[in-house]
Amino acid sequence: MERVDPLTAPAAPAATARDWSEPIAFAVMVAVLVIAPFFVYPLFLMQALCFALFACAFNLLIGYVGLLSFGHALYFGWASYLAAHAAKVWGFPPELAILTGAATAAGLGLVAGALAIRRQGIYFAMITLALAQMMFFFALQAKFTGGEDGIQAVPRGKLFGFIDLGNQMTMYAVVVVIFLAGFLFIHRVIHSPFGEVLKAIRENEARAVSLGYKTDRYKLVAFVLSATLAGVAGATKAIAFQIASLTDVHWTMSGEVVLMTLVGGLGTVFGPVVGAFVIIAMQNYLNVLEQWVTVIQGVIFVFCVLLFRRGIIGEIAHALRIRL
Amino acid sequence: MFEIFGVPSQALFGQLLLGLINGSFYALLSLGLAVIFGMLNIINFAHGAQYMLGAFTAFFLLQYVGLGYWTALVIAPIVVGLTGIVIERAFLQWLYRLDHLYGLLLTFGLALIIEGVFRNYFGSSGLPYQMPEALTGGQNLGFMFLPNYRAWVVVFSAAVCLTTWFVIERTKLGSYLRAATENPTLVRAFGINVPRMITLTYGFGVGLAALAGVMAAPIYNVSPQMGSDLIIVVFAVVVIGGMGSIMGAVVTGFGLGVVEGLTKVFFPEASNTVIFVIMAIVLLIRPAGLFGRRA
Repeated sequence: MERVDPLTAPAAPAATARDWSEPIAFAVMVAVLVIAPFFVYPLFLMQALCFALFACAFNLLIGYVGLLSFGHALYFGWASYLAAHAAKVWGFPPELAILTGAATAAGLGLVAGALAIRRQGIYFAMITLALAQMMFFFALQAKFTGGEDGIQAVPRGKLFGFIDLGNQMTMYAVVVVIFLAGFLFIHRVIHSPFGEVLKAIRENEARAVSLGYKTDRYKLVAFVLSATLAGVAGATKAIAFQIASLTDVHWTMSGEVVLMTLVGGLGTVFGPVVGAFVIIAMQNYLNVLEQWVTVIQGVIFVFCVLLFRRGIIGEIAHALRIRL
Repeated sequence: MFEIFGVPSQALFGQLLLGLINGSFYALLSLGLAVIFGMLNIINFAHGAQYMLGAFTAFFLLQYVGLGYWTALVIAPIVVGLTGIVIERAFLQWLYRLDHLYGLLLTFGLALIIEGVFRNYFGSSGLPYQMPEALTGGQNLGFMFLPNYRAWVVVFSAAVCLTTWFVIERTKLGSYLRAATENPTLVRAFGINVPRMITLTYGFGVGLAALAGVMAAPIYNVSPQMGSDLIIVVFAVVVIGGMGSIMGAVVTGFGLGVVEGLTKVFFPEASNTVIFVIMAIVLLIRPAGLFGRRA
């Protein structure tokens, strides 16, 4: 049996000449996002895009540093709570509400990350999960989160004071811009010298240490970046869908983002986006099978881990011998 | 009746006992996780689901076959352990040469499947399970009332933990196990069937989870999600204790249960989160865990 392990082995051969596959794929993605709202419900697209950004943020850790965070719902969910609270109770405009959410996620990511990077591998996953569960209980008990009801009827407001987000297409355009900005930022990070060090840590942490890199600092910065972007995704979702609820901080949400990334392809640039669209489409269009969704997700997990470890984009990239 | 720090003794010892009970389950489950991790290098995310399977097996045995608690205590771990052996042969054995994280992801998927299926057929509300006839009632100890069944759970799980420790640390079979954990290739060269040992170890660990499930059935209701929240707490217990030592897992499990019980008395709002807070503190002071060796 071929030993396919994108977690520890680079997914694609290093590009030698100027590689046009990534820019072309990016152009295709932008084109699809421009045309899509005329054919598909904008609400579905917005939901998928928020999760796509969430999955990209998660993939920054697992795909490029080799750290499996099993508690990313913490940043996604708490950012959505704070953004919703800021917009509804404090009357913040949407851009400041989203920033509030992102700042919350960054702060939480700094604390949780500093604790979690004190252990490696499997323990790292368990620590992030446990910390997220702790904050789930806080969300359950805190007054401002509204308990089981969540924060409902969050106003979308006016972006920069004059762009009315009440219009569905305007809101969609804003979500697309936020998603693309996040996507390009992650792309920039992983192709920077900083990103190269991250990959070195993934391949062989001991060697990176012996070369003089303070790997803990690199891991922590990557963790905070990932948490912050997950927060941007959660805050945007709270504004676009006008609700923040317990679902978004629950461990099942942490599991879902892992699933999206796994389906699309760990450590690929476009994989998490495709994975998010596949999983969200499955949840929306297979609602006949509503009560079976968890079971189906479980089956996909088992299938991907056993037979499909490269994921959709990883397999395509492997077949075409390109980087995606 | 007397008071300690303004808390009636009845309430204090009552919560302490509840803490010991929870601690019994933490100890049994983290023991199983540690045994499995030692041999398979896999964190068994399905452990909570398998604990739930144990409780449901006991429920089915009573409901449809008419076999009571004592039979279930023997049969349920064997049946669920056998399903564990099937899982190891069908899925886990293909992952040993890959990154550890794939084992976590696969068993997480299995947990979703098992819990999802049970939720579809049995809903989210709990099903009651009859306490065994012989253990109803309780003793009045003067300072508190001790229900017989709860005393039985604490004593029996402590006995199971000690037996497991004895088998692994003090017998020939255990020495094979420990040797195979350190260096499987070498142990194989001595003619010991290591893959079979791995399979049986997983079956045993899963059986322990099922045993805990049967014991939990009369105390908590039998419900599909009884294991999922519990397993996350057990993960925190494992992080605190470190998985390097069997005794460490047991002591940490019981100890944290007691601490949780005390928190319920003095600061009830924090009782859900106290174990996670302790985990954070331990990570700050002793990153390798209380009984762990620095890797």
